[in-house]
Amino acid sequence: MSIEVRHISKSFGNFTALRDVSLQVHDGELLALLGPSGSGKTTLLRIISGLEVPDANPDSEILFHGQSVVDRPVRHREVGFVFQHYALFRHMTVADNIGFGLRMRPRATRPSKSEIRDRVGKLLKLIQLEGFGDRFPSQLSGGQRQRVALARALAVEPKVLLLDEPFGALDAKVRQGLRTWLRRLHDEIHLTSVLVTHDQEEALEVADRVVVMNQSRIEQIGTPDEVFHHPKTPFVMEFLGQVNVFHGRVTQDKIELDDPFVNEADEHHSGSRPQAVYARPHELDIQRESTNGEGIAATVRRLHLAGPIARVLLEAENGGHVQVHMSLERFYELALQPGVAAFVVPKNGRVFDATVAAIRD
Amino acid sequence: MTSSKQRMAPGRMMLPLQEPSWVRWSLTAFSCSFLILFLVVPLVVVFTEALRKGFGAYWAGITDPTAWSAIKLTVLVVGISVPLNLVFGLAASWAIAKFEFWGKSLLITLIDLPFAVSPVVSGLIFVLLFGIHGWFGTWLDAWGLQVIFAVPGVVLATVFVTFPFVAREVIPLMQEQGTEQEQAALTLGASGWQTFWYVTLPNVRWAVLYGVILCNARAMGEFGAVSVVSGHIRGKTNTIPLHVEILYNEYNFVAAFAVASLLALLALVTLVAKTLVERRIHFSTTSLEPTTVES
Repeated sequence: MSIEVRHISKSFGNFTALRDVSLQVHDGELLALLGPSGSGKTTLLRIISGLEVPDANPDSEILFHGQSVVDRPVRHREVGFVFQHYALFRHMTVADNIGFGLRMRPRATRPSKSEIRDRVGKLLKLIQLEGFGDRFPSQLSGGQRQRVALARALAVEPKVLLLDEPFGALDAKVRQGLRTWLRRLHDEIHLTSVLVTHDQEEALEVADRVVVMNQSRIEQIGTPDEVFHHPKTPFVMEFLGQVNVFHGRVTQDKIELDDPFVNEADEHHSGSRPQAVYARPHELDIQRESTNGEGIAATVRRLHLAGPIARVLLEAENGGHVQVHMSLERFYELALQPGVAAFVVPKNGRVFDATVAAIRD
Repeated sequence: MTSSKQRMAPGRMMLPLQEPSWVRWSLTAFSCSFLILFLVVPLVVVFTEALRKGFGAYWAGITDPTAWSAIKLTVLVVGISVPLNLVFGLAASWAIAKFEFWGKSLLITLIDLPFAVSPVVSGLIFVLLFGIHGWFGTWLDAWGLQVIFAVPGVVLATVFVTFPFVAREVIPLMQEQGTEQEQAALTLGASGWQTFWYVTLPNVRWAVLYGVILCNARAMGEFGAVSVVSGHIRGKTNTIPLHVEILYNEYNFVAAFAVASLLALLALVTLVAKTLVERRIHFSTTSLEPTTVES
């Protein structure tokens, strides 16, 4: 089922969580809402679910499959919601948790006890927790609990699955496993799903499309490829991966870099900077000699080689830091050592000019 | 841990957070003697005095018609006030812990009012409201209703004095548990009532029981407020504590202590029940093991 929200705003007292946000989720896709905390992504998810009500506005609209659901309360929206901290009913067994939604149905539509048992059994199998039905949530690990929460949400056969940072409370290893599992599950059941996360890796890996949010607004919507390789704003560029920012210009056929920006402390610059060239670490190269006076003179400071690529941190003459990623082959070819002088040369780079900034505001 | 034990072995070493033994011993001795003096001795006195003239006299004291009517009245009062305050306490806790509304802090303060006001004053409030010269006195009299110096007054006073107990126990627990489970229930299609009945209530059931036990104990033992409104009519408006006072004032010590021993027994039962329930609460909030007793 497709979801569409139009012109949604939401404030809590003085705090504006969403500012005129519009968005479309296609039928059967897995969409990720990605952004730093406070960007409004969870609020948007809760408004879709009906747990939160948007500010009154004649233009605002929430449509499920083309039908307005604004006046439909949570319990009639047929959404499955998975909470960050699981929100399992801790006085109920795993099986009772999963069957809860079915048991709460009015008598006319309530399945029989044996049907509920069958459905719960199937779901336990789906989440790979067969034989855990009689346990209590407190006897499960975090990853298991979240899978139970997912099964509980799926048990009522929702039209839409909404996941609010579902793996946020789990450790890295378990996250990775569940992420892959969730994607596989989605490919099997094709349920329209919206996943909220602040982990760009998670969003890029799992989602069909990614919505990058910042400061109560949507910055960019696109496939993981698009948002990563063709970011529309400096924020998206900086949020989705490491980035180096230089003074410089990009002309038709040439990228000219001057000094790097020194103040890299604040990670997420919201505004576009004049005359700033953005380049990801893998879009830079290092040379030992400068050809035609090109490249930024810098000193190698730190090497990080534990991984599939070599990561080199350099310090430019103005004190600004530059991160460069390269293949290990290239790294050994260059024979870099901490303290060695080198030149940073751009292979690629982009500018976000004033017109982009104008569109954003 | 083993290394710290080894370091302890030579004898005079202490754990870093332990007080010297004379401090520990004197604190323990002080607490124990205090308990014995103020709790155990009075309890023993109640029972020895009650049984001073043998079990026959004890039994006669309890089964005396006026004593019996006091017991029945107390049971009636408890039977009305405890359920009322259970309902009120749950409603108030649910509202306070799960919803945001204007005047919430005022409501929380008001719930504590009976704890802050002396029971005698509480009783007087009802006399001023419903007594024959009170605000509603004439009106009540016209309808032939008597509140003060009658059973309704005793019930009213008891309800007032005991209404914080359930709410005070349940509010903090509900607040701590937040609203996420309720939200989950709503997204799963449960109605508000189903959510309360199947999710909210089971999560606080031990705290509710704890509150009910305390409420019950206080309702049975309340003296001050009830004394003001009851009028001490023998066989009619006397509850157990009032009856004990009357017997005592009449120098009928055996009967007085016999009836008092009922309250003392209640106290003991309450203590045991309270301990068991407390363990349950502790169990269900902190332990990894779930509560296996289903409501």
